[in-house]
Amino acid sequence: MNASAHSCGGTPIITGEDIIVRYHRRTVVDVPRFELCDGETHAILGPSGSGKSTLLRVLGLLERPAKGRITLDGRPVTAGDKGARTMMAAVFQNPYLFKGTVSENVAYGLKLRGVSKSERDDRVAAALERVGLGGTQKASALRLSGGEAQRVALARALVLEPRILLLDEPLSYLDPLIKRRLVQDFSQILSAEGVTALYVTHDQDEAMVVADRVSIINEGTVIRSGDVDEVMTLPTTPWIADFIGMDAALSGTIVDSVEGIAEVLVGEERVFACTQLPPHTDVLVGIRPEDVMLFEAGAEMPVSSARNHLLMRVESIEHMGSTDRVSLHSNGMRIASSISRAASRELGLVAGAEVRAFFKATSVRVQSAAGVPSGV
Amino acid sequence: MEVFWSAFVDSIKLLFGGDAALYEIIGLSLRVSGISLFFAMLIGVPLGYLIGAHRFPGRGLVVAIVNTGMGLPPVVVGLTVYMLLSRSGPIWDLYRTWMGEAMPRVLYTVPAMIVAQVIISSPLVTGVTLAAIASVPTELRLQARSLGASRLQEAILTVKEARRGVMASVAAGFGGIISEVGAVNMVGGNIAGKTRVMTTAIQLETGQGNFGLALALGLILIGISFVIMNGFTRVQQSGGRYER
Repeated sequence: MNASAHSCGGTPIITGEDIIVRYHRRTVVDVPRFELCDGETHAILGPSGSGKSTLLRVLGLLERPAKGRITLDGRPVTAGDKGARTMMAAVFQNPYLFKGTVSENVAYGLKLRGVSKSERDDRVAAALERVGLGGTQKASALRLSGGEAQRVALARALVLEPRILLLDEPLSYLDPLIKRRLVQDFSQILSAEGVTALYVTHDQDEAMVVADRVSIINEGTVIRSGDVDEVMTLPTTPWIADFIGMDAALSGTIVDSVEGIAEVLVGEERVFACTQLPPHTDVLVGIRPEDVMLFEAGAEMPVSSARNHLLMRVESIEHMGSTDRVSLHSNGMRIASSISRAASRELGLVAGAEVRAFFKATSVRVQSAAGVPSGV
Repeated sequence: MEVFWSAFVDSIKLLFGGDAALYEIIGLSLRVSGISLFFAMLIGVPLGYLIGAHRFPGRGLVVAIVNTGMGLPPVVVGLTVYMLLSRSGPIWDLYRTWMGEAMPRVLYTVPAMIVAQVIISSPLVTGVTLAAIASVPTELRLQARSLGASRLQEAILTVKEARRGVMASVAAGFGGIISEVGAVNMVGGNIAGKTRVMTTAIQLETGQGNFGLALALGLILIGISFVIMNGFTRVQQSGGRYER
């Protein structure tokens, strides 16, 4: 992977270089370079056991790596550097509230920093307000519901006004309803605060809601890093495609370009995409299944802004719960569509049937193929 | 059965009878065990934290040694302290070499009794603290560190989290020495007015055939232990609203 793909273009706050972590002689993290940039929410996305939480602990100066350098604002730092550590605050999967009241919990870090009682009270009240738990100071921290406890944990970190917020699967213990609500709240708080956040999760939807940039990690190595839309739409390897539930990115060539809309030849199909890349560029093309609508092959063309409408053949249908995932192909081009089960039934989709696939030019992600590793 | 009843009545009479010698014995018992417990906590709580909160090679062995220490026979501790402190013991020689003068007698004094009781109660405090600390999730300590806690602040928080278990370790340490007779007798010598405590007094009266008096003293000792342990328990259970 080329180094440029890991950098954000902005100013990195934390940079990790040649980070290696071993447990019992087994290498669990091996990351040549990682940058967390000022003001961004950066998601580290990967399956269980991929080393993502370990990477967070190392970058957050909570664990010493076997090897590697970490710099904070360009200055080399280690886990023993208290000044550097107090610039960060963490929220973990389990909120691990301390015995005592909500306010004692939220005030903990402030107390360690020697903040006066009256200032503590004010800041605790403000932090609780921010996470939607205003006025709960006196409640016992250990009698809260899971969602409330995680809000308190977030308040406990936010109240310190950290330069960097470390979030390690903060929502994965919560039930879906609470999680949905909290992921919205977290996202709002993270963008409103303007804090820089490192957000570890195994849930790609969560990553897409909260993150500006995302790094996908597998078996201890960052295999792709970049803008969240790009990474989540253009899986550059079969493993990433499988992990985020898409088909691998398609290879194509731009044949024409007019006012930011390119005509890309994929197999023998022509696809319109929004990109500034010039003609004759070899590109990777990705379309998220949710962006592909299906209609009967012989249907009247609906009035739509969708530039792309292809006659395609159904290859297979996979039931995913509330949706069906339909794999389609035509003339050497292969995409998938995610549609509701009702729509799937109405269309009477079966393998081998012909359908018309619609998608907007803005839904088609295009990236230059240069510099992307083989295996695509 | 009658003998127990009359011993019970005697114990009440004795306790409120204004016998200065008895009060002195009770006072010395509490003083020796109280001071010993203080030192045992000073040693046992930090040691219990260090062992309980960390993973290191040989940890299992260290825990086994501590657990063995929890069952040290007081007589053996007494004997060992006796031999170390006696005129022919190594400490006597060391003192002479270093200080250039003869060491003042330590055997048959209160400090010797305290040394023996610290040895008996330290492993009790360490062992129970260790178990309590080990049950606090490591992630909780990580959480504290991530909010800016130093190693010491992290340790203080962990001990607070394990408060009930740590209090239990103090009760175990106290229980192990207030009732102990073998060591205090051997290194204290049961000298009336100097090193006589409740347990050695009971032993003496039993030896002299004064079973009723011995039993009455025994009941007083148990009563005092109860009052103290009850106090411990109150402290231990306070703030239950904030418990898990």
